[in-house]
Amino acid sequence: MALARKIIQVKQDATDARLSLLDLPDGATWITEARNAAMSRVKKMSLPHGRDEYWKFTKPDTFVQPEALKAPLFDNDEGPLWADVDRLKVVFVDGIFDAEASDDLSSEGLVIERLAVAALKDIHWAKDLYGVLEIRGQDAVQRPLAALNTAFATDGILVHVTGKVSKPLNLIYLYNSETSDVNLHHCIKIDAGAEVTILETGPGAARLNTVMEVDIADNSAFHHIRVQGRDHERRAVTGIFTRLGHESTFKSFTLTMNGVLTRNECVIELTGDNAIAHVAGACVGDGKDFHQDDTVFITHDSFNCESRQVFKKVLRNGATGVFQGKILVKKDAQKTDGYQISQALLLDDNSQFLAKPELEIYADDVACSHGSTTGAIDENSLFYLQSRGVPKAEATDLLVLAFLAEALQEIEDTMLAEGILERLNGWLARHGH
Amino acid sequence: MLVINDLHVKLEEEDKQILKGVNLTVEPGKVHAIMGPNGSGKSTLSYVLSGKGGYEVTQGSATLEDAELLDMDAEERAAAGLFLAFQYPVEIPGVGNMTFLRTAVNAQRKARGEVEMSAGEFLKVIREKAKSLKIDAEMLKRPVNVGFSGGEKKRNEILQMAMLEPKMCILDETDSGLDVDAMKLVAEGVNALRTEDRGFLVITHYQRLLDHIIPDFVHIMSDGRIVKTGGPELALEIEHNGYGDILAEVA
Repeated sequence: MALARKIIQVKQDATDARLSLLDLPDGATWITEARNAAMSRVKKMSLPHGRDEYWKFTKPDTFVQPEALKAPLFDNDEGPLWADVDRLKVVFVDGIFDAEASDDLSSEGLVIERLAVAALKDIHWAKDLYGVLEIRGQDAVQRPLAALNTAFATDGILVHVTGKVSKPLNLIYLYNSETSDVNLHHCIKIDAGAEVTILETGPGAARLNTVMEVDIADNSAFHHIRVQGRDHERRAVTGIFTRLGHESTFKSFTLTMNGVLTRNECVIELTGDNAIAHVAGACVGDGKDFHQDDTVFITHDSFNCESRQVFKKVLRNGATGVFQGKILVKKDAQKTDGYQISQALLLDDNSQFLAKPELEIYADDVACSHGSTTGAIDENSLFYLQSRGVPKAEATDLLVLAFLAEALQEIEDTMLAEGILERLNGWLARHGH
Repeated sequence: MLVINDLHVKLEEEDKQILKGVNLTVEPGKVHAIMGPNGSGKSTLSYVLSGKGGYEVTQGSATLEDAELLDMDAEERAAAGLFLAFQYPVEIPGVGNMTFLRTAVNAQRKARGEVEMSAGEFLKVIREKAKSLKIDAEMLKRPVNVGFSGGEKKRNEILQMAMLEPKMCILDETDSGLDVDAMKLVAEGVNALRTEDRGFLVITHYQRLLDHIIPDFVHIMSDGRIVKTGGPELALEIEHNGYGDILAEVA
C-alpha cells in the first residue's frame, strides 16, 4: 500500500514537473476547451511510470522527463525515399510547418489546413474530431502521452477528405535542433466514399510525440505508410486513433529502423458492419540501446468486421522489441474475423522480444487467431543457401528479408513497397553483418 | 577430382564416431555410387564434404582438385565446384526460387572472379533448363521449395545443379520419395549433366536409381567405412541378396 501511494506521488511529481514547463497554446474557444480538457486528463491520469502495467516492457521515463535528451542528426548518403512517387509534401521542421519546403497545400478532393492556423478560427469542423477519438482511446487503457499531445500540440494538419485522392499526402518530419521536443497533432476526416493515402517520413525529432485521429466514414478508405527515422538517438511516441464506419477500410504499415526508443500505439474501433482494419509493422534494431514497441488495441463493435495485425521484428546485438496487441470483441460483434501475429527474429542471444497478445471476446460466433514466435535464423536454411554458394552474410540478409516479407506484403502499393525494401536493404548494408 | 583420404568424423556435440576412415577417389567423368544400410554414414559423408555444421573431422582429408575442402566454408566449397543435392531440400518461405538461384549463380561467379550473369541472360538460361526438367514458370516464382511435392523438390535440386554447373556433384538419396516416373525424369536430368570433366557421387539405398544413372563404380559403406568396391553388378547383387551376405563376407 505504502509503495503504491509512493508511486502515485512520484507520478504526480513527474507530471507536475513536466507541466510546469509547458504553456497551453493560444487559440479559439473550441480548441482551448479541448486543450484544457486534455490537460485535466493528463493531471488526472498522470504521465506514465515504469510500474504501470501498460508500460511494463518499455520505460517511459525519457518521454516523461521535462527535457528531451539530445539526438544527433543521422548522416548518410542514402538517396531520398520514394523519389519517383508523385506526392504532396507537407514538411515540418522542429515541429513547425515549413511552407517553403512544402508543396502547395491544395489538392483535388482534399482540404488541408495547418493546426496552427485552424486553431485561431472561431468555428472549425475539427471541433468534432480534435481530441475526441483520443478520449475514446483512453477508455480501456490510459494513454496520458496522447492527452499531453492534445493539450500542447501547436501544429499539425487537419485534413478533410471529400473524394478519392490519388496522390499520397506525405508528412515529413525534419529537425535541426539536437534537442527538438515536438508535439504534432493531425486530424483526418474522411467523408463517405472518399479515399486517401497518408505517408509519414523523416528523421522525426529528438523527442517526437505525434497523435493522428482518423475518422473513416462509411464506404471510405484510409491508407497509411510510415517510415520512422534512422537517427540512432531519436525517440518517438506515436498514437493513431481511428474509428471506422461500415464497409470502410483502414490499412497502416510502419517501418521502424534505429531510434533509441519508439512506442507506436494504434487504437482502432470498428463501429460499422463489414469494416476492415489491417495494421502491420516491420522493425529492425541493432544494439542494446535500441527499444521498439508496438502497442495495438482493436475493438470490434459491429457485425462481420475483419482485423489483421502483422508485426515482425529483427533484433541484433542486444536490441529489444515489444508487442502488446489486444483484440476486444464486444457482445454484438458477431462474425468477427480477427488475426494477430507477432514474430521476432533474434540474430543473437543478447536480443529480446517481449510479447503480450490479448484476446477478450464476448460474442459467441467469431474467428480469432493469434500467434507469437521468437526464433533465430534457421540453420538448415542458412546451410542450404551457403551450400549453393551464397556467402553466410548475404544468406543471412536474404533470410532476414524473407522473415519480414509477410509484413511488407501488407503494403498494397508496389512503388511504396519498393521504397520500403530499399530502405531495409540500406539498413542491412549498414547493420546486417 | 575428389579425393577422400582416411576421413574420420565424429558428432560435434557427442562422443560418437560416424566415419571411421573413408577412402575414396572420384575421377572426372566418372559416376561413383555409395550404397549401404541405414546408419552406415552415407549422408554424414555428404554433409561433411559440403560443409554442414555439427560435425568434427578428427582425422584425414578431402580435396577437390587438390584444394582442401575441409578448411573451407560451405559457400567456398560451392564456389570451388562442389554441389550437394539434398535428400530433404529445405523450404525457405519468403525467398523466391528465381531470386535464390540468381543470387547463388552470381555469388559463385563473383567468388571465382567471373562476370555476373545479367537478369536477361539468367532468365533465358533458366527457362531452357527448367523446361527439360518440366519445371514451369510458376514453380520458379514460388518461394524456394515451399509447397513443392517430393518430386518437384528433387527436380528443383537438379535444376540448381544444372544452373550452377558444378565440377563434382553429390546426390544424397535423390531417389527417396520419388515414384518411377519422377525418378526417370530426375535421372534424365542427371544424365544430361554427365560430361567428361564432371564427377558424381550418388548415394542411395536402392539399386533402382542405378538402373537409370548407370554408375562406373559401386561402393558399399558400412559402419563408417567403405567395405567393398565393385562395378554396377555389385548393386544388383545387393538388390537380390541384401547387405547381409556382403557384410558377413568382409567382416
